[in-house]
Amino acid sequence: MQNLNLSHLNITVAVSGLKTGDNPQPGVPVIRSIRTAGFKGKIVGFVYDAMESGIYLDCIADEVYQMPYPSTGAEPFLMRLDYILSKTKIDVIIPTLDSEVPIYIRLEKELKERGIHTFLPTEEQFNLRDKIKLAQFFPPKGIDIPKTHILQSADGITKLKDELEFPVIVKGRLYEAYKASNISEAYKHFNDLAAKWGLPIILQEIIDGDEFNIVIVGDGKGKCLGMVPQRKLVITDKGKGFGGVVVKNPSLESYAEKVIAALSWRGPCELEIIKGEDGKFYLIEINPRFPAWVRLAEGSGQNQPAATVLLALGEKLDTLPAFRPGTLFIRHAEDLISDISLLGDISVNGELIRTKEEK
Amino acid sequence: MNTDQLMTLAVNKNGFIFDPENGISYTVNETGLFILQQMQKGQQEQEIIASLCEEYEVLPDQVRSDLEHYCAMLKSLNLVED
Repeated sequence: MQNLNLSHLNITVAVSGLKTGDNPQPGVPVIRSIRTAGFKGKIVGFVYDAMESGIYLDCIADEVYQMPYPSTGAEPFLMRLDYILSKTKIDVIIPTLDSEVPIYIRLEKELKERGIHTFLPTEEQFNLRDKIKLAQFFPPKGIDIPKTHILQSADGITKLKDELEFPVIVKGRLYEAYKASNISEAYKHFNDLAAKWGLPIILQEIIDGDEFNIVIVGDGKGKCLGMVPQRKLVITDKGKGFGGVVVKNPSLESYAEKVIAALSWRGPCELEIIKGEDGKFYLIEINPRFPAWVRLAEGSGQNQPAATVLLALGEKLDTLPAFRPGTLFIRHAEDLISDISLLGDISVNGELIRTKEEK
Repeated sequence: MNTDQLMTLAVNKNGFIFDPENGISYTVNETGLFILQQMQKGQQEQEIIASLCEEYEVLPDQVRSDLEHYCAMLKSLNLVED
């Protein structure tokens, strides 16, 4: 199958999450992949913060709009969307942040009424991959996960102290994870994460072995339309992969297919999997959106963001083109030079319409 | 010696080796590269010794123990099996 071409589309695609830098969001690479597919339509960026650096990148978003945080609820979200629709049409939205995916799922009908298409999982699929549900849902289906404890209070750590084997990973429900080498570190991370992201907190056994990340687009019926696995080669002190290489491992791919089939996952996602020293695969996490390294998929021959645009529009796609193992990515940060007036526009007006010169 | 895993390696002419199954890469020197290439051609130990002797103009006894050492290292990396 040939790689995807979007040059025939005269539509507007909105993409969220334009922060780059040390903890990048997936929006900018998603847009780059869409543009690489020859897309000539309009790209709208949705941001939550005027300092999301992708706002200031040339040739990324033609227009940028600040959105209300998903926690403010559906009403302000739809009001803002209706305002944006008074300025520009939107045909497809690709949300890229964990915290906003649920609101787009719940508002699917309202979005459709406004002519906006998405390609996302159902709420049930989304909930089943929640970090706190993994341990219940997957092991009965023959998918191993590391020993996991869900804690509603720090007392839980004391109760588990005879059972826990340090080091363990302490995870927030949505974001962030830290290694705790002893019980006092576990308390500290528990309290920090609970204050930042709320309860519950997840304590997970550390599995020694080879870690793989896989970006996938599921068809919603149990099949993977596309899949690109990578091994991280460069990991920052925050645990972020800043370099990686595409691998070809049939048993890893079969394992990932089993995970997607168990969920009947629809849309983009990222699996984090470890091949333990016992030779078994363990599912660590399922992130319900493209990862920030998704350009590696496009670079290796499988443009998953472009496919997602077509799938959202209702096109029937069979399996995506094969990927090239050995394709490498190295992330680098650079300083963008812009004008303070752009920051002024987005800060004061909550929107930025780039002129032809600014693009 | 089972060299199935070795056959899947991508070996470039500068001695950079990439294992596409797990993403691990290695580097080997000129002699190491020569031995890997002979193994990928399907040569067994005695044939590799003969190839080394011909290529580097040495005697079999001068390369045998080095080759054993090299094979032990490949085994420890799970690239070959007995």
